[in-house]
Amino acid sequence: MTSEVRKIIGLHGGVLAILLLLQFVLPAYHHGNLARIMVLATYAIGYNLLFGYTGLLSLGHALFFAAGLYGMGLGMTQLGLSAGGALLLGVLAGATVGAVIGALALRTEGVAFMIVTLMFAQAGYLTVLYFGAYTRGDEGFVIQQADRMLWGFDLSDPSNRYFAAFVVFAVAFLAPLTVLRSRFGRVLIAIRENEERAMMLGYDVMRYKLMAVVLSATLSALSGAAYGLLFGYVGASFASVQYSIFPLLWVLLGGAGTALGPLVGTVFMFYLIDLSSGITTAYMLIAGVVLVCLTLFAPQGLMGEIRNRFWRWLP
Amino acid sequence: MSLLVAKGLSKQFNGLLAVDDVSLDIPQGQVRALIGPNGAGKTTLVGLLSGRLPSSGGKISFDGRDVTGLSAHKRIAMGMAYTFQITSIFPNLPVWENVALGARRVFRSATEADRKVEAALSRVGLLDRASEDAGDLSYGHQRLLEIAMGLAQAPKLLILDEPTQGLADGEVAAFNNLIGELRATTTVLLIEHNMDVVMQVADFVTVLNAGQVLFEGTPEEVQASAAVQAAYLGGEHAEA
Repeated sequence: MTSEVRKIIGLHGGVLAILLLLQFVLPAYHHGNLARIMVLATYAIGYNLLFGYTGLLSLGHALFFAAGLYGMGLGMTQLGLSAGGALLLGVLAGATVGAVIGALALRTEGVAFMIVTLMFAQAGYLTVLYFGAYTRGDEGFVIQQADRMLWGFDLSDPSNRYFAAFVVFAVAFLAPLTVLRSRFGRVLIAIRENEERAMMLGYDVMRYKLMAVVLSATLSALSGAAYGLLFGYVGASFASVQYSIFPLLWVLLGGAGTALGPLVGTVFMFYLIDLSSGITTAYMLIAGVVLVCLTLFAPQGLMGEIRNRFWRWLP
Repeated sequence: MSLLVAKGLSKQFNGLLAVDDVSLDIPQGQVRALIGPNGAGKTTLVGLLSGRLPSSGGKISFDGRDVTGLSAHKRIAMGMAYTFQITSIFPNLPVWENVALGARRVFRSATEADRKVEAALSRVGLLDRASEDAGDLSYGHQRLLEIAMGLAQAPKLLILDEPTQGLADGEVAAFNNLIGELRATTTVLLIEHNMDVVMQVADFVTVLNAGQVLFEGTPEEVQASAAVQAAYLGGEHAEA
């Protein structure tokens, strides 16, 4: 047991250390990409908590990402909050939306849950467009450089931005790792494995699922708020259905129910599109073929396959 | 004192009366067997008692409290433990974790929960397989694992739905001993087809037929009852 824990700490601490050090060696282009990837991987981690560990497939997570993004953005433009306050408002908005949507959507199961979450997210997207006077709809709005100051750091500066993205990612990365080793996290896994048995062991399955939705929504909102703050743009496309599908893809590729899967999947997908679009304009074709191959040959995702074949101890 | 009292319990499935006006009174510390031919409503009845199924009528009280309107997880948190007729475990989790999920809800201290898990696993003879995935166990061992998951909750009432089904003879004997040991601390409600087990472990037997209580009495009285023999023992089991 202890040697396993040591391996887990070694591997995941090592990944964090590498991410921290990469900023000193990467060329500017990849440096910027990696900052973006770390923020988006935070979103994937939030998604994975619900999908990979609790076994609930949501098709509406863009709503939570957008709640963070707009909570932060509108907090700044409409309420005149500072960067820190706006970030906090974004995260709180995500948690609140998660609690409300969770309480409603969890009355359904399976396919119905997917459809209900999808519909709520569409309603959210249309709400953003409807209040175009504040949100500026599809066109969106820019967060001015002067507003992107957090505790004296200018977040538009690449190395500050990288470091901020790293901090956000590290928090999101470590939180589920500890949660899932706790009593609470183990009940979530039990629900994924056999919901009826978990209930008949005396666990209030509904309450645990709701807490999982809120936690997942909170991390997704943290990602959304950080994304807007670090990259200076808030727009309705982030609330669209595409942004509900992305985290599902990232998590499936990287390995649902693995701690490293969300990061691996996000990096993989990001560079798959980046590299293939350098080769041809039909880059989605290449991406599609690779995705089909992955689902055929590594249905558990990259980290899931590694766990099955080599590292049984991988969390 | 009665631990579980059911009055006038009934359950309809689309007009079919699976459980029809059943009343039960299980005193603290008793090992009660529930027998009856296939389709008599035994599993449905324990489903109603545990809250897994909502009842169509009647009242249930457990440990001095009316639990008729309580959901299953709340009843279980009050001290019922339930094992399924069709084995229901966490096949992808280790044997230890299966049992620990039961123990951790009841025992907040990690060391105490660990102790209960260890005790429950060694009682059913699975301690040396604790690190294996539960899905890799044989069917008989999975049945024993379910019993261990129940034991680890240190329940007031342990409901077992055909626990000896699929067990080898030696394992059945071990099961009989186990129930004998539990007698001091736990009330047991047992659905059982194996009459040898019923005769050995039960203090009192309720015979169910077509959703109704046909007969209640000691195992000896049940064996002597002509009505029971007609409905059950003299039926499909006559030649067995």
